[in-house]
Amino acid sequence: MEKFDVIVIGGGVVGTAVLRSLAAYKAKTLLLEKASDVATGASRANSGIVHAGYDAETGTKKALFNVKGAAMFPSLTAELHVPYQKTGSLVAAREGGLPALQALYERGVANGVKVEVIDRKRILELEPNISPEIAYALYAPEAGVVSPYKLTIAQADHAVINGAEIRLEEKVVSLEKTADGFAVRTEKGEYFASYVINAAGAGASEVNALIGEDAPTETHAVGDYYILDSKEAGVVNTVVFPLPDEKGKGILVAPTADGNVILGPTSRKVPHEVAEENEVTREGLALVREGVGRLIPCVNLRSVIRVYAGTRTAVGSDFIIEESKKVKNYFMLLGICSPGLTSAPAIGEYVAGVAAEALGLIKKEKMRPLPARFHLTKATEEEIEDKIASDSAYGRIVCRCEKVTEGEILEAIRSPLPAHTVDAVKRRVRAGMGRCQGGFCRPRVMEILSRELNIPLSKIRLGDKGSEIAPYEVKDGYEKV
Amino acid sequence: MKKFDVVIIGGGPAGMAAALGAREQGASVALLERDDRLGGILNQCIHNGFGLHYFGEELTGPEYAKRFRDKVLADKGITVFLEAMVLSLTEDRVVRAISPTAGLMELHAGAIVLAMGCRERSAGAIALAGTRPAGIYTAGMAQRLSNVEGYLVGKEVVILGSGDIGLIMARRMTSEGAKVKLVAEIMPFSSGLKRNIVQCLNDYDIPLRYSTTVTRVTGKNRLTGVYVAPVDEKMNPLLEKEEYIPCDTLLLSVGLIPENDLLTGTSVEMSRVTSGAVVDEFRQTSVPGIFSAGNVLHVHDLVDNVSEEAFVAGASAAKFSKGELALSETVSVLPSNGVRYALPQKVHQGEGKVKIYFRVDKVYRGRTVVVESGGEVVKRKKTLVMAPGEMQNVEVDKALIRGDLSIYTEE
Ligand SMILES: Cc1cc2nc3c(=O)[nH]c(=O)nc-3n(C[C@H](O)[C@H](O)[C@H](O)COP(=O)(O)OP(=O)(O)OC[C@H]3O[C@@H](n4cnc5c(N)ncnc54)[C@H](O)[C@@H]3O)c2cc1C
Ligand SMILES: Cc1cc2nc3c(=O)[nH]c(=O)nc-3n(C[C@H](O)[C@H](O)[C@H](O)COP(=O)(O)OP(=O)(O)OC[C@H]3O[C@@H](n4cnc5c(N)ncnc54)[C@H](O)[C@@H]3O)c2cc1C
Repeated sequence: MEKFDVIVIGGGVVGTAVLRSLAAYKAKTLLLEKASDVATGASRANSGIVHAGYDAETGTKKALFNVKGAAMFPSLTAELHVPYQKTGSLVAAREGGLPALQALYERGVANGVKVEVIDRKRILELEPNISPEIAYALYAPEAGVVSPYKLTIAQADHAVINGAEIRLEEKVVSLEKTADGFAVRTEKGEYFASYVINAAGAGASEVNALIGEDAPTETHAVGDYYILDSKEAGVVNTVVFPLPDEKGKGILVAPTADGNVILGPTSRKVPHEVAEENEVTREGLALVREGVGRLIPCVNLRSVIRVYAGTRTAVGSDFIIEESKKVKNYFMLLGICSPGLTSAPAIGEYVAGVAAEALGLIKKEKMRPLPARFHLTKATEEEIEDKIASDSAYGRIVCRCEKVTEGEILEAIRSPLPAHTVDAVKRRVRAGMGRCQGGFCRPRVMEILSRELNIPLSKIRLGDKGSEIAPYEVKDGYEKV
Repeated sequence: MKKFDVVIIGGGPAGMAAALGAREQGASVALLERDDRLGGILNQCIHNGFGLHYFGEELTGPEYAKRFRDKVLADKGITVFLEAMVLSLTEDRVVRAISPTAGLMELHAGAIVLAMGCRERSAGAIALAGTRPAGIYTAGMAQRLSNVEGYLVGKEVVILGSGDIGLIMARRMTSEGAKVKLVAEIMPFSSGLKRNIVQCLNDYDIPLRYSTTVTRVTGKNRLTGVYVAPVDEKMNPLLEKEEYIPCDTLLLSVGLIPENDLLTGTSVEMSRVTSGAVVDEFRQTSVPGIFSAGNVLHVHDLVDNVSEEAFVAGASAAKFSKGELALSETVSVLPSNGVRYALPQKVHQGEGKVKIYFRVDKVYRGRTVVVESGGEVVKRKKTLVMAPGEMQNVEVDKALIRGDLSIYTEE
């Protein structure tokens, strides 16, 4: 049985943040993820907003980790080469909404967040397309947008090049306390860990139940989204929210960190059994359209390139971030809903610190930096020429919409945490994320994966097991190139 | 920096015919194609049905492409760049491209012909509700997987949209042992060719339901089924009549979009109806020296028309580069009353004839197509049936043009 100092369960933005922070210590660490890649749960399908921190109730863990986390984003994303822009955010209110804004303002101040209430004239300077109905807004200049899956993947890659291990498609199915630690069993193997961290998102309560900890009932709320073509970029500059209501922060309009426009989310309660299905509904989309119309009515819905949904998991009203009192050396992260993405880096640092103290781990002198990926669209002419000279694959464009080269796709497949599915490639390099949605490049990405992984094309998957894209062989009459 | 009289972007049937047209005028030609061979979409169309008009015989797509490719490759005056993707172009005709062998390239052109073809509308573009499993493809993607790679995407199929690629794929998948359970078309008519409906659906007893759409899809990792429902006149689905069809595959054949991204940032005038450039009869756009032909200009149903149109564009581009494209005043071609669009949108006064291509907005029986200029009828053509899926044309004598041309149908 392989032995580890720490095992992290769950490869979302929280689990990988913990793993990356643990990689700063001299320790043997392992992350177990049940899906075919990291960032396939809530950390893939969310709004990607780095919240400033005025929203959470003062004194809660949400407020604490949100504010700490948000402050880490500029340097963290620079270090990990993750798309992030400090756009600022607006909570837009109509005439009569001033008292509600004032309350948010005061909470912001109490939480230590830079906020101000601005009038229509100032709003128009920031958002020329704002609805004529909007009279006031709460402006938070420190808010921003980030690519949530790229952050998760970069944290994972950074942890791996610093000695951590990640095993995919290994669902934790049993967890047993032994004399000096835990026996952790997955569908594939058994591991020993001195310390276990449960960061299993929507599965965290189930994991708690495995070890006899309280398994609180989770509530799940689906959010539907539209993504618009990058040619619509510029219709909105900041993150524009409506006034929050009892369901949450409401339907927003924002630029994405990769240059598209995002509209959503709704908040529809769903039962636990379907919490991972992420089903988009027509009613949900209709609500998004309505909500957007109240903020930025000129948004062009004919430029939609994708609709999707993500599912929030909450337990009560605050995050549960604590070491178990019942089970020694077991740490629980439950109900990490919004602002969980913003909070993740701070949560990672904190949890790693607690585990390190429990095990008496020592910090490494320094960590190996994560090398930047090559991006054709972000490189200078000289860089491109050099790259093509070193490997001609960098001159071969595979995804025509996002201009992704074969070289970049090969890099993704050969990453520290390798991509072995079409969606995993997509999340790393954007092949298939543009306006044709893989209509052109998907078969080509499949060919490259098949060649690199040395498996037949029929075995290439979109994502998890059972998602083979072209599973059968043609009997006759095709033209092999 | 390299200089050519004519630079052609895209090496499908349009690009190849344009190259031959330009060579006939003695121009030096660069032909840039991002794929590793010439032929464009034809390379994956292994069925019969190409070339009936142009060559007077029925060829497969690859056979049709080969006839042009052989001529292009044999012509020393055409420099072919393969795996060369054009990244940008300017109005003063500088074309930037990238390829694994040549790296970044800059070509200076006497004239440019756009021949980039089109792309398929995706599931995202139609905001398909439901889960996001494997098993949902554009018809062209599934066609490439079966016809070029040799792999079949599934066994139980529903097809949304009755565009030609979807119809062809219905037959292809059936012949590979798959069961096509339904073709659902949201419009009350098909956007595909009549002959494809007969040969690809009727001959195999595949049901086609009009005014019907897919309302949502189910399945976590692989598609397990789709819901379909009829729609009202405003295209809103009647959800109380929703019906579940188990299947592992949904093919989308819901429209083709001319691939004009390269024109973003230029002042080339675009048509909202065709999503291509506004052109004259030489296929010159509003920016002098930039020409457009084939599916990038407007979606064609027959490759024969593509070749014809592109040959003219290539020859005209060559003349432009030599300063020999002398042009008179233009008049506009204005569609109305049943005619959805007409192309070219501009015509020069002068001698000879001009062929006006057009599409109707729904199925018409026994109508007459009328072209008027300066209040006078200059052409009248009786038709039996006109459907939106079949491009029509009328020829007009240029000498009769007295002002804007209006083209319409009448009972
Ligand atoms: C619609 C929506 C919008 C949001 N918007 C924002 C926002 O704008 N800003 C913000 O800060 N936050 C936002 N959030 C919140 C944020 O996305 C989440 O807080 C965050 O992604 C949670 O990360 P996680 O790692 O805890 O969960 P997840 O990403 O869900 O990761 C948990 C992982 O554990 C794995 N797992 C589960 N069970 C097991 C098991 N037994 N064995 C192995 N692996 C297992 C799962 O497969 C999954 O990959 C939003 C959330 C949603 C849903
Ligand atoms: C499935 C299907 C079935 C059909 N069936 C028939 C039929 O039975 N009979 C018939 O007559 N017609 C048929 N057609 C129609 C006919 O094939 C098309 O109209 C014709 O291929 C269009 O030619 P094109 O050159 O405009 O476009 P394409 O064939 O699409 O060629 C465009 C080329 O441009 C290249 N390109 C694009 N952008 C760039 C760039 N930036 N840089 C470099 N290169 C670029 C592309 O790689 C491509 O090779 C069918 C079409 C399809 C898709």
